[in-house]
Amino acid sequence: MKRLFPLLGVLTAALLTYALYAALEIAPREATMGDVQRIFYYHVPSAWTAFLLFFLNFVASVQYLVRPHPLADRLAKWVAIAIGVGSSIGAFVMPLPAGVEPGSVATTGLAITGIYFLIRKCFSLEATDALAVTTAEVGVVFCTVVLVTGPLWARPVWGIWWTWDVRLTSTLVLWLIYVSYLMLRRFSSSGQTAILAAALAVFGALDVPLVYFSIWIFRTQHPQPVIGGGGSIDPRMLRVLLINWLAFLCFAFLVCWSRYRLEMVKREVDEKQAMESLAEPRGV
Amino acid sequence: MNFLYAALAATWAIHVGYLITLVRRYSRLKAEIEELKK
Repeated sequence: MKRLFPLLGVLTAALLTYALYAALEIAPREATMGDVQRIFYYHVPSAWTAFLLFFLNFVASVQYLVRPHPLADRLAKWVAIAIGVGSSIGAFVMPLPAGVEPGSVATTGLAITGIYFLIRKCFSLEATDALAVTTAEVGVVFCTVVLVTGPLWARPVWGIWWTWDVRLTSTLVLWLIYVSYLMLRRFSSSGQTAILAAALAVFGALDVPLVYFSIWIFRTQHPQPVIGGGGSIDPRMLRVLLINWLAFLCFAFLVCWSRYRLEMVKREVDEKQAMESLAEPRGV
Repeated sequence: MNFLYAALAATWAIHVGYLITLVRRYSRLKAEIEELKK
């Protein structure tokens, strides 16, 4: 593992460099917006990565809440299975919005089930809590990138930095929810902090689908989806977008790995300090 | 073009800023571990 981290670090750095080159040089110049449209290759992958991290935070938080209770745990497992099976069948049986591929809906459903059981198998109860903190923190960093690059793109294209439309506002709310989650974890000294934070994360995650589907459901200033939902994108732009997303995913994985290790070591140190303070003879 | 470079710079400033906080937390933790070992 110790050798793998630097190797992955070098590969990620190379991939990020190539992704930057692809975004600035290989991707074609957009006809109406010009070069400023290239912000797209940072803005969109950052948003997708943040959503993925918040989803992982949601799964880890649900598991932290249900695993100590056998009945709730069993119920959650069946819900996860039902999501995978239901979306796989439903995608081909039920009518879907224009441009949505049944295959992608089925794959997403199966991925949700897979992630649920993967986390369940690989992480202990304590570790799911550490995973939840990690993904929330790194997710907030990526969401911050989205909220900063968005206005920098909007100003030259829309003529304004910000507008209170559903997509932008719900993204800001999402960011605020996870910032409050981190503040709760940082400043609460109650023994119930992890449970309270997990409950907050479950409610916070409800905002993610609202952010994602807001441009499908409402008429917004924010552009309609270019992938799925009936939108179209130049195949060269799509390739560069996916390369950038892959690079950001690798980067997020490495950052999460470091943050997770930090969290686990910190917990060990806290435990040792607590044991030591108990073992110390009282000076009164 | 300035907005594009500003967005790129802001993206990496945010990521690097976060990495710096991680490194600082690591060194603080390392100091705590040293303290425990004494």
